[in-house]
Amino acid sequence: MSDGATTHQAGSGGTPPAGGPGGEPRHFRRIFTVWISISVVADLLFWFLVGPHIPPGRMTSAAGGAQFDFNVLFVIALPVIIGVWTYMAYALSTWRKSRVPGLPLSGDRARGHFGVQTAWMAITSTVVIGLFVFGTVELIVPAGAGGGEGPNPIWTPTSKTILPIQVIAQQWKFTYRYPTFGGFETSQLILPDNTTIAFHVTSLDVIHDFWAYQLGIKADANPQQDNVAFTTTDQVGSFTVRCDELCGLWHGAMYNYGKVVTKSAFESWATRTRAQLAANTKNLPPFAWTYDPSANGAGGGYYPSNVDHFSKVETYGAQRAKV
Amino acid sequence: MATDSELIPPIGATPPPPGPPPRGPAWLHQNIFTAAIGAVAGYAFGHWVGNMIASGYPNINGASGQNDIAICLGLGIGVFGWLLGAGALNYPLAKIVGREPAPEAPESNWTRYLRFSTDHKVVGIQYFFAVFVFLFTAGLLAMAIRTELLSPTTHIFGPGTYIEIVGEHGTMMMMMASSLVVGPLGNFLVPLMIGSRRTAFPRIEASSFWLFSGGYLVIVTALPLGGFPTGWTGYAPLQTQAAGGMDSYLVGFAVIGTGMVLAGFNLIATIIHYRAPGLSWSRLPVFVWSILATSALLTLATPTLICAGLFGILDRTAQTAFYVTERGGSSFLWENLFWFFGHPEVYIMALPGFGIVSEILPVFTRRPLFAYRVAAAGMFGVALLSFFVWQHHLFQSGINPDMRPLFMLTTELISIPTGFIYLVTLGTLYKAKIHFDVPMLFALGMLFNFLIGGVTGVFLSDVPVDVTVHGSFFVMAHFHYTIMGGLVFAFFAAIYYWMPKLTGRTLDMRLGRIHFWCMFVFFNMTFFPLFIVGILGMPRRVFEYAHNLQGLNDFSSISAYLLGASFLIFVANFIWTIIIEPRRAAANPWNSLGLEWQTPTPVPYYNFERIPVILSDPYHYSEPEALPVADLAPRPSAGAATVGVGRGSADETDPRPPMA
Repeated sequence: MSDGATTHQAGSGGTPPAGGPGGEPRHFRRIFTVWISISVVADLLFWFLVGPHIPPGRMTSAAGGAQFDFNVLFVIALPVIIGVWTYMAYALSTWRKSRVPGLPLSGDRARGHFGVQTAWMAITSTVVIGLFVFGTVELIVPAGAGGGEGPNPIWTPTSKTILPIQVIAQQWKFTYRYPTFGGFETSQLILPDNTTIAFHVTSLDVIHDFWAYQLGIKADANPQQDNVAFTTTDQVGSFTVRCDELCGLWHGAMYNYGKVVTKSAFESWATRTRAQLAANTKNLPPFAWTYDPSANGAGGGYYPSNVDHFSKVETYGAQRAKV
Repeated sequence: MATDSELIPPIGATPPPPGPPPRGPAWLHQNIFTAAIGAVAGYAFGHWVGNMIASGYPNINGASGQNDIAICLGLGIGVFGWLLGAGALNYPLAKIVGREPAPEAPESNWTRYLRFSTDHKVVGIQYFFAVFVFLFTAGLLAMAIRTELLSPTTHIFGPGTYIEIVGEHGTMMMMMASSLVVGPLGNFLVPLMIGSRRTAFPRIEASSFWLFSGGYLVIVTALPLGGFPTGWTGYAPLQTQAAGGMDSYLVGFAVIGTGMVLAGFNLIATIIHYRAPGLSWSRLPVFVWSILATSALLTLATPTLICAGLFGILDRTAQTAFYVTERGGSSFLWENLFWFFGHPEVYIMALPGFGIVSEILPVFTRRPLFAYRVAAAGMFGVALLSFFVWQHHLFQSGINPDMRPLFMLTTELISIPTGFIYLVTLGTLYKAKIHFDVPMLFALGMLFNFLIGGVTGVFLSDVPVDVTVHGSFFVMAHFHYTIMGGLVFAFFAAIYYWMPKLTGRTLDMRLGRIHFWCMFVFFNMTFFPLFIVGILGMPRRVFEYAHNLQGLNDFSSISAYLLGASFLIFVANFIWTIIIEPRRAAANPWNSLGLEWQTPTPVPYYNFERIPVILSDPYHYSEPEALPVADLAPRPSAGAATVGVGRGSADETDPRPPMA
């Protein structure tokens, strides 16, 4: 943010050490020229060449949002870094001991400069407040931006229907329950394309973290808590799931892979798996948003018994208590 | 009564000769070896008591089969034995039994560094060696981490050993870094910079060091006790199910934390009450401002950690349920308590770096510090805001979702006062006369690294971006850039700068330059690739990772070995030029105006023959008409010769005319 200092013209900060016959060069004009040209080039190169490849890609709305936000922040950060580096490089090369004439000891005498200080504070504050507004909009509009929102999400997706999927983490494995398909539990995570999905993340033992990398989803799995994260799938393909909160011995090996498939392929997979696992499902604890690991009563997984495969969006937000 | 005036002789008196050697057999002289005996005996006793308490209650033994009561009592009483053996408790114990404690006589022998000493300069040097023991132990563990990560699938350590190493590395580095500057340099330099003969509470200052070193021993015991699987963050309920090493973590942080509170408390009192006459707040060296802000954080944030650790110990021993969800506790409680300490802790590790760099830059640019008041305001702004940002560690944890914009705002706001430091330092470079000496190189290196660390911090504060980078190697690289790239670089700047004052000897500057360039280049080569590794999806603290990340990880690992080797250049330099073949340093080799450089070297036991009268701030380079920084031999007014130190003398030697 050294551009704040551009308001400070040479010579106004104190008595310059004996300058050449041509007077003091206009330091800030030089620095500003170098800074603006490098920054513009670097930003354009980044935005068009690197930006589209920044992870986590565009597989879901959350991932696309994360990529866009990262790129915006990067485009703001680059000029800041380049500004400080340009200024430092200029200062270190121009005002090094061997090049500064004058008194044997002294440099400039300025102990401060009202304009520079005010401009610096104004510019940094503006940038920071701007970043906050941008970040908040990007958090609220996409319904939590793929992050875990706790049991009572206040920002919900705009789509009419949502596929709920429960992520159950335990040392050291993720399993997934599909409550709207009879509550079967499997270690495969298959998602339909072009669908809004609510991941209900919970844990049976310690804190884990469900990180579906390419989906742009990250939500802590806490024991006895239902942590909800939303996203909408945009592309088919496979993705990685890793545990992202240190959970003990095999934390490093706690990962698996999932797939986004077309809606019809998903329906047929879910129906088939439901039938295949029916005998297992009967022995599972009854479906619930959280589980007490000491409870071992089997009751099947039929929750809610008579809903569509895609539950209404009203199940979330203020309506949550009715479920 | 051994009052202050008896401990510290009156102004102008010649210091007493070194006291007679203690009587009795040598093994009775209290020093680090008797402290070690006390620690071992204390551990054995505590362990025995713990076993007695728990006998007949098999369910006390946790999942690990170890008796946590015995371990905790052993460690706690072991630390007590360490303090007792070192002689840290002689004074209060003598008072309790109604005897007069013997006053401490100044010692000139080098063995004073192995004893309990209330001389702030001795304590500073003791801290100096202790932080290096910490740094090198934890640095070796870092080498082990990078070795394991050479290959994504071939393992050198088992997964259990690996997370043990990761946790031990992180915890030791955090413990070390929180005292890295405040311990050695805060204790040694602050009294010299403010014109005081001592710190406010010398016995507290000495005890903080012995607690710090005792904490090192406690955290090292985690290794034989099976380590702890939680990393330095110690998240419950994993904490509750962990093996006996977890007790070392909890007790260790309590011990270190107590030392941190005491050290901070002492320095706050010293800076507020022991400034020499004329040292107004607007003349206070900016390094002292940074120590004051850091001490405030140490004193206010650390008790939270100590209490949180106590809850954890109770969960593991007395079967309470603070953090056990299914018994009515909450795993969020630890997360919040820990980070309520943990984020101020981050600034405990950043502010002294700001202070060092701002203090050093004017010397090597030969011009006044630019915007002095902004520097002080920035440090206190950071310190204040640091208490309001902790939940940014918990953005995805399932906290109340509408808290997240608030914590995003506070976190981003903190970059404004942090930016002040850049305004100050960059402004100081403007039209300067820059001398590229080794301390200046390290200070500039700190500015370079901390910029990257700070800017990536803004990425982490943005909730949508944090969804991807949270808990990944991106975070890891970020905080290594701020702590190692920031604080450790600043610390080395301080070492090269103040070594002539600390020891009267100087380091070899050619080796110093080699050290700087190796450390700077290899530091960036080690940690910059890890930002990319993090964005590409590698979580922290894993021993297996995706095959496509092996190239970057190997590059980082090999750079890390070279980075580790660059520290050996410093060690060789230190051993050769300070210990084996001492090079006498000039009294003020940098032509600094700082008050600490105006005292003789080595600094006499009482620092100042007379309490100096401060005439100006220490930054008036290029102002030939300015007054010298202090009058070191103020004309004693009537009666001043019998007045003690500190405030009492302020009125007597005040140069201002008496009020009408």
